[in-house]
Amino acid sequence: MKGPPLERYAAAQGAERRDSVRLGSKAGHDARSVAFARDLSDPDGLRVLAGRIKQHVLEHLDTYLDQAERRMTATGAEVHFAADAQAARRVIATILERRGARRVVKAKTMVSEEIELAAHLEERGIECVETDLGEFVVQLDRDRPSHIVKPIIHKNRREVAATFEGHGLGAYDDTPEVITRRARAFLRRKYLDADAAVTGANFVSAESGRIVLVTNEGNSRFCLAATRCHVAVVGIEKIVPTDRDLAVFLNLLARSATGQRLTAYTELIAGPRGPGQPDGPDEVHVVLLDNGRADVLSGDCREILRCIRCGACLNVCPVYRQASGHAYRSVYPGPVGAVLTPLLAGRRLTGWSDLPGASTLCGACHEVCPVDIPIEELLPRLRARAARERAPASAAGIGAWSLLASTPAAWRAALAAGALFEALPASFRSRASGPWGEHHDPPAWRGGAFRRWLDERSRGGA
Amino acid sequence: MTARPAGRDVALMATCLCDAFFDDVARASVQVLEHLGCRVAVPADQTCCGQPAYNAGEWDAARRVARHAMRVFEGEGPVVTPSGSCARMLSHGAAAMFEREPDRGAAERLAARVWELSDYIVNGLGVTAWGGRFEGSLAFHRSCHSRGTACAEAALTLLSSIPGLRIVEIGETEQCCGFGGLFSTTFPRLSREIGALKLAELRSASADAVVSADMGCLMHLDGLARRERRPVRTLHVVQVLRDALRLEGSGAAS
Repeated sequence: MKGPPLERYAAAQGAERRDSVRLGSKAGHDARSVAFARDLSDPDGLRVLAGRIKQHVLEHLDTYLDQAERRMTATGAEVHFAADAQAARRVIATILERRGARRVVKAKTMVSEEIELAAHLEERGIECVETDLGEFVVQLDRDRPSHIVKPIIHKNRREVAATFEGHGLGAYDDTPEVITRRARAFLRRKYLDADAAVTGANFVSAESGRIVLVTNEGNSRFCLAATRCHVAVVGIEKIVPTDRDLAVFLNLLARSATGQRLTAYTELIAGPRGPGQPDGPDEVHVVLLDNGRADVLSGDCREILRCIRCGACLNVCPVYRQASGHAYRSVYPGPVGAVLTPLLAGRRLTGWSDLPGASTLCGACHEVCPVDIPIEELLPRLRARAARERAPASAAGIGAWSLLASTPAAWRAALAAGALFEALPASFRSRASGPWGEHHDPPAWRGGAFRRWLDERSRGGA
Repeated sequence: MTARPAGRDVALMATCLCDAFFDDVARASVQVLEHLGCRVAVPADQTCCGQPAYNAGEWDAARRVARHAMRVFEGEGPVVTPSGSCARMLSHGAAAMFEREPDRGAAERLAARVWELSDYIVNGLGVTAWGGRFEGSLAFHRSCHSRGTACAEAALTLLSSIPGLRIVEIGETEQCCGFGGLFSTTFPRLSREIGALKLAELRSASADAVVSADMGCLMHLDGLARRERRPVRTLHVVQVLRDALRLEGSGAAS
């Protein structure tokens, strides 16, 4: 099949998978809509406020990073800066190896996926077990997450039951409670055996140096309670100015992600355990990761760094719903991924240039975004960048169109001749043979009819 | 928005789709505006807003077309267009494209004068009740480019005030029809599948026709439905307004 990679991926997946993704996304969006309407008197006002706070942090990121580092250090945490994925992996491996850690339990973190941490640790002989149920299934299947919040949105319980059976976690049983109980039993042993825990962070307060973790399964809390060494990998854009700002973000995050008022577990962690605390790590490391973010910050799409990874834009997106997360071929799928993935990939879009195009620019993502990111305005900027990188020859067609559309006499002649859209590149044309005509009966040609009506009226009425 | 001019001398930007395919929508726009007491100028040199090139990322080409529109519609009064999409192009799209251009001011001046037609009638002219009569039920498709603007609410205000006309709710109203201009040709299969979901919602609403403020959406849905040999009737908001009042040309839409 021809067409851009995302279209081909979408076409190649089975109907069952497409239904899983579409229905899962729709359920997420519906839950969000109910929660917003039920709980928030001015949801758009809150979204705009949250967007302004994050934008303010981005505009002063150097100051806030500095402050966050000082406050985290004051809590007893050790702060590391990693310029890229390789540097982050090296820092984390060094921390773990210094402690002689052989077994690591890991909570769900997108940024660890971004730097492919688990695979790297396994290569160095360190077992790295995913403790989020969805991520655990992904790990067993050697699959990839297909949603930011629901990693196995593309799977149904029958597939999960088969995976568990295949990995010796009991005879086939697709009862959700049985699956969950088996995962709990298996993971409980892993927590108790683990030497260290790796998590992400949803927010870092520059004021207090607290890092904030939200989960629904309590797995990050188990990770921290059972181990003595905690490594948090955090993108540099995760900072909020003060603890009070968390009221804005926590109110929006859970409602946007799952329609909950608050996630089941919300942890605010200020450094290692204190003298009176029986459990928890005695060593806390925070690895602040750049990995392309500073470059994004200096460009014309920096608003994308406000993202708090709620997944609401995926859930509402008509393209994501049809294509699934895997079609985006990266850690960050959906509308946010269509912007972020090409930007984080480097100076050129090569290989990702289909992603900014994979949108109707409908703006539903912007409408639900808890930090008010105008994704439908960022995507055309990336399309413009992709066009600049393309061979100039491919622009020839649209050049002819723009010439026609800025030359009124030629435009009127083309209208009269029924040839207006002939000037567009072949891929645009609404002829039965072109891509548009593949699925549509084009409308009847009425070129010039409106102008003739005007002329007749002015002659008759004058 | 209130700062935008709402004088009685208006320029109509008919749109390239109406120029090429949907002349009745352009005609109805003139008739409705004249009925409201406007003197409507239709500059003969108008072409397109530049959106096809903007969406393709070919911003040099898009700016050339937008600059042409800036020249053609030079003046002080409102520029009204029967398309939320073209109106958005000349406001949001132009704002991005002309950010670093020397003639950014001219782009901003045009953006400040552009109105989507229903928005203009309700919020520019202050007309909030329509009247006349239109027998039947219509499913209102919220075209995506009117998100965050007053356009959809304005259209619904007018339509729901017409005696005899029933607006029926449709499911998943926030979902796009899948057209996306360029998207429908670069991702034709996804575009069709998204459109099929929208058509299913529209059909289950059992309305007599689909009504929208954008011919792009309607052209897409109509083209898909006719290809399946299960046509749906489509109407632009302004055709309904015109037909409700039995203005000259009424009935041409059916």
